[in-house]
Amino acid sequence: MSGLRLDRREDALKGGYSGAVLVPGDAEASRLLDRVRSDKDGFRMPPVGARLTTAQTDAIAEWIAAGAVWPDRQQSSAANTRSTDHWSFQPIAKAAPPSVKQQAWVRNPVDRFVLAKLEAEGVTPAAEADRRTLVRRAAFDLTGLPLTPEQIAEFINDKSPDAYERLVDRLMSSRHYGERQAIPWLDAARYADSDGYERDPLRPHAWRWRDWVINALNDDKPFDRFTIEQLAGDLLPNPTLEQKVATGFLRNGIKNREAGTQNDEKRFEETIDRASTVGTVWLGLTVGCAQCHDHKYDPISQKEFYEFFANFNNAVETDINAPLPIQADSFAEAYPVYRQRRAAIWQRYGTGQLFDEWRAMILKTMDEPGINTDWDEELTEWRAANDRADWLMLSAESALTDIDIDRRADWFLRAIGPIFKKDEPTAALLKKVQEELAALQADVLAERTMAYTIEEQPEAKPTFIALRGDWKAPGVEVQPGTPAVLNPLEAQAKPARLALAEWIVDPKNPLTARVAVNRVWQELFGRGLVGTANDFGTQGKEPSHPELLDWLAATFVEDGWSQKKLLRRIVTSATYRQSSEARPELEERDPGNAWLARQNRLRLPAELVRDNALAVSGLLFGRIGGPSIHPPQPEGVGDLSYSRKDWPEDKGPERYRRGLYIFFRRTSPYPMLVNFDAPDTLTTNVQRERTDTPLQALNLLNDPVFIEAAQALALRACQDSADTDERVGKMFELTLGRLPTATESERVSRFQAAERSRLAEAAEAAAKTAPFVPPGMTRADLAAWTSVARGMLNLDEFVTRE
Amino acid sequence: MNFTDIMRRSPQANRREFLRTAANGVGAWALSDLLTSDGFAAGGQVLAPHFAPTAKNVIYLFMEGGPSQYELFDPKPALQKYDGMSLPPEMTRDMKLAFIKPSAKVMASQFKFSPQGQSGMELSELAPYLGEVADDICLIRSMQTDAFNHHPGQLLLFTGSIVPGRPTMGSWALYGLGSESENLPGFVVLTSGKGTSGGTSNFSSGFMPSLYQGTPFRSKGDPILYLTNPDGIDRAAQRQTIDFVGAMNRLHEEQVGDSEIDSRIAAYELAFRMQMEAPDLMDFSDESPETLEMYGIESENEHRRQYATNCLLARRMVQRGVRFVLMMDASWDDHTYLNDRLPKRMEETDQPTAALLKDLKRLGLLDETLVVWGGEFGRTPMVEIRKPEEAANAGRDHHPSAFSMWMAGGGVKGGYVHGETDELCLTVAKDPVHVHDLQATMLHCLGFDHERLTYPFMGRNFRLTDVHGKVVRDLLS
Repeated sequence: MSGLRLDRREDALKGGYSGAVLVPGDAEASRLLDRVRSDKDGFRMPPVGARLTTAQTDAIAEWIAAGAVWPDRQQSSAANTRSTDHWSFQPIAKAAPPSVKQQAWVRNPVDRFVLAKLEAEGVTPAAEADRRTLVRRAAFDLTGLPLTPEQIAEFINDKSPDAYERLVDRLMSSRHYGERQAIPWLDAARYADSDGYERDPLRPHAWRWRDWVINALNDDKPFDRFTIEQLAGDLLPNPTLEQKVATGFLRNGIKNREAGTQNDEKRFEETIDRASTVGTVWLGLTVGCAQCHDHKYDPISQKEFYEFFANFNNAVETDINAPLPIQADSFAEAYPVYRQRRAAIWQRYGTGQLFDEWRAMILKTMDEPGINTDWDEELTEWRAANDRADWLMLSAESALTDIDIDRRADWFLRAIGPIFKKDEPTAALLKKVQEELAALQADVLAERTMAYTIEEQPEAKPTFIALRGDWKAPGVEVQPGTPAVLNPLEAQAKPARLALAEWIVDPKNPLTARVAVNRVWQELFGRGLVGTANDFGTQGKEPSHPELLDWLAATFVEDGWSQKKLLRRIVTSATYRQSSEARPELEERDPGNAWLARQNRLRLPAELVRDNALAVSGLLFGRIGGPSIHPPQPEGVGDLSYSRKDWPEDKGPERYRRGLYIFFRRTSPYPMLVNFDAPDTLTTNVQRERTDTPLQALNLLNDPVFIEAAQALALRACQDSADTDERVGKMFELTLGRLPTATESERVSRFQAAERSRLAEAAEAAAKTAPFVPPGMTRADLAAWTSVARGMLNLDEFVTRE
Repeated sequence: MNFTDIMRRSPQANRREFLRTAANGVGAWALSDLLTSDGFAAGGQVLAPHFAPTAKNVIYLFMEGGPSQYELFDPKPALQKYDGMSLPPEMTRDMKLAFIKPSAKVMASQFKFSPQGQSGMELSELAPYLGEVADDICLIRSMQTDAFNHHPGQLLLFTGSIVPGRPTMGSWALYGLGSESENLPGFVVLTSGKGTSGGTSNFSSGFMPSLYQGTPFRSKGDPILYLTNPDGIDRAAQRQTIDFVGAMNRLHEEQVGDSEIDSRIAAYELAFRMQMEAPDLMDFSDESPETLEMYGIESENEHRRQYATNCLLARRMVQRGVRFVLMMDASWDDHTYLNDRLPKRMEETDQPTAALLKDLKRLGLLDETLVVWGGEFGRTPMVEIRKPEEAANAGRDHHPSAFSMWMAGGGVKGGYVHGETDELCLTVAKDPVHVHDLQATMLHCLGFDHERLTYPFMGRNFRLTDVHGKVVRDLLS
């Protein structure tokens, strides 16, 4: 009986989410009485404690029969007053940056907030990181790629006072910026290249949305537009192709295609996932906790959850042709040809008539299942694999898009049904049609790019509260809405999803800007100003610097939601530029470095560990965007999953592209990414873990990808000089962006010498370690440098942003 | 002292933060290393479960797909009576079916049951070896689950929720108890047969840090990914490299003062020991011929060889302190050819399974090892026919509302049958055990109150049993 209040007559008569429970004057028609009288555990009320005696339930029955009169004085109650005065629900207040004593340290207003706190604690900030550390840090944080020794030297030699700021601008204008910034957004969006669940079908066009993200970030698309287009791009007036592509955000969730899964249930779960994801990503609220009951801690009732859910309940999935701008002309030319020739093939073999026969049987089976198990099976498979399967099968061609018509036809050609399966000439004919269509596609539309998008159903679908979170137990009907504790949703003549998106980025929304700013801070310091990026509710952590958070959030909005300006403001602050060296004197007082009396050392995200190795060894192929890649992975990785799909390993330079492009198959992800804490993409993730395990060590030590990088790195470090010290220096500059200390140099030389003597005695080992030896070098020497390079790629410092 | 207390006393007061950081990442691998290296719990008992555990380790034999209870564990003579008939609609009204219709006809079992052991437990003729150890097993005939499809069913079984993304049983065991192995991961996954529907989500750590996730031991290539040194690097050379890396890391640590670097150094040492230990683990030359024969490892049949090898490996792992071994065998999803495939699969697995119990018992390990055998659901009394023209094609569909599983060892009764189903095993008639109850009972054996073993995430304290589950005391010895 959730949603029910019995302490006020008005609420009690209204009933709970499952409807009315009290009929004044008619005790036996009152469901309340059934519940208190029941023998059934779990149904009986109250749920815990001693059950009511017969005398007590009789008293209740009498009272209802007498009209269920409430005493006047009991009309109001303090019950159910969950906190609405929690800090994050209050409007964003932009306070003036505080005044501080050490003016000289301050580079921009961010620093005043941080310094004020430090001064209050009697702590001085850390010294600025040395320039090499700083440039490496900024590069990893902004583009995710290390700079070359030449680029570093250029910065070091630039003595102008704004050298660092100009470096930041250069990094932010690199197209690699969008790749780096996309990583946390892809996590939040639970991006993957397959559906998940048992069969884990692939999503060969999912990357089209990823490209949209990279481009949007590179173009500094304001965060409000960035939001609206992803949540409701299809509902904008005359939406562009790119705006439709943006809605792919809502298509990234997992999808169950096991046979027998009910489409209503699937849709319900997907909509829950969309609502929960949006709640976490934009509002920092665990709205999903109110799926089964009122939120235990935050002022979000179950009813409000389903009102929020209702905003997404009218969305349907649609796949569209989405040629990249560069493909647009050739696609416009090729597509009509393709359609024409496709129709001709279809017609030539009389396929239409066969299809109609098949479809008639499917439709018949939909009406009357259980007559023929083969047709039942045929229908079950169709339903499992296709969204809106019944609608798609029932619709006349005139009501369908080209893509939907083809989907139905292509399915038919593969499935062909129990009758044609046994009819060899027809089966052969259909196979021929299938082959010709495939050949046609390869011939005319080989590079066809599509996108997975969302659109609105023409007729609104009513939404009901799902009692106990069970889709099969609908309660009262609800309208699209937003949690009452936040800024009001103005009534508008707009589709609900668009109104919701606009409400999210309404400057009056107290959460959106704070949550977005916090996530950026978290990327740049390893920890957000609010330590729980996924929970700004009452169970989350309080902000360490509330005024700073609000100042940044307010400024972000004033700046037109420019993410680049926000990032630039933070990375050019003195706070960001501090050294990350430990401060033992503060460990007791500020163990998590919440005061920001230094920067933090952060292990690189999974993708960047790989990118870094490829970059320093010169192997990296820096092409931006496009379909996902399949770099080599050990044999048998896919065997753990049911689908066991092939891994079509890239043979060309594609295999050396950045980690964010690696094809992410949900049931058997690329092992290196898993080892280094890339999220599983099953749900949204706005805060990656950072662990340190032996599997990471084995990965860096023994994975052929890193061995190949070590071989290339050794050649690179040795090519310009035969001098040991110079080679050591080059190795350091390439991998760590700095020069070695004398002790380090000595230790490396010693290791190189030991390896050289080992390998001089072991010709075979040397040949394996250094398969290619350039003129002028001995194999043992190069192999020993390869060992050094392998060691360097395994250093803590190599995988750490200092 | 309680684990949580230790965490609270740590210099980094917040447990979540604590686990997030690298310094502590190694914890689940070798808790003793971690705690001593951090200096706040040097030596001694570091964990106190909520009460005395009856099991230290778990070997979970997961029979993916849902083995048929009718042919193995739950004799139903009434099937004969209804054979070839459709059941009245009121009997099938509440059934959730994946492929067949409620009107599908009942199929009798072709296999005989007979009493086994002192206890007289009725088991099928397909499980003769299991019959020999009937007095050691605790058979539950009244299992229930909520999901009727594989992946959701597996998620519910292993994570307590059909919503993906939560930690699995093995992760909870590791989170609660840590690892006792210095040289091996604390949660290991072994596979035989095909891949499973759940894939990696059956051993994922979900929202817990990845160090709690299961490490698959592979049957092809390296047993652990990237375990083998690259060509040209022998063990001595690998040692040299790790020493070099360690020395360089220490130099850097002196400069930046970050104690987390210690943890990376420790991780490399563990990795090196794993490189030694894992091949040693796989090398059965120290096992007697009798033992190898008991498991029936030598076999022409690849599935048999794989499965038997995994059984012996599981025992060797438990001996080496691995906390949780998940063995996944796929697939028992007999929609078709049930009467051919199931006997064949039992022939391949029955002997090694029983050998594992005998062997553990012989070594005195069964008392401290909880062995669990079962699938994510059972199968329907009604037949599924995909090729009507072929009689042997008959199989059974998914059936979540009544099925069988068994447990043995570490704190559960032997020679005991729990629960009853109705005459057709459509529903549970007596003493239902939901998969949440199974989870609660397993955690109980490991010394934890399932309601108090929680992990905070997104503003909520999550449990393996979600918001359900009760310990089934009748199962406990």
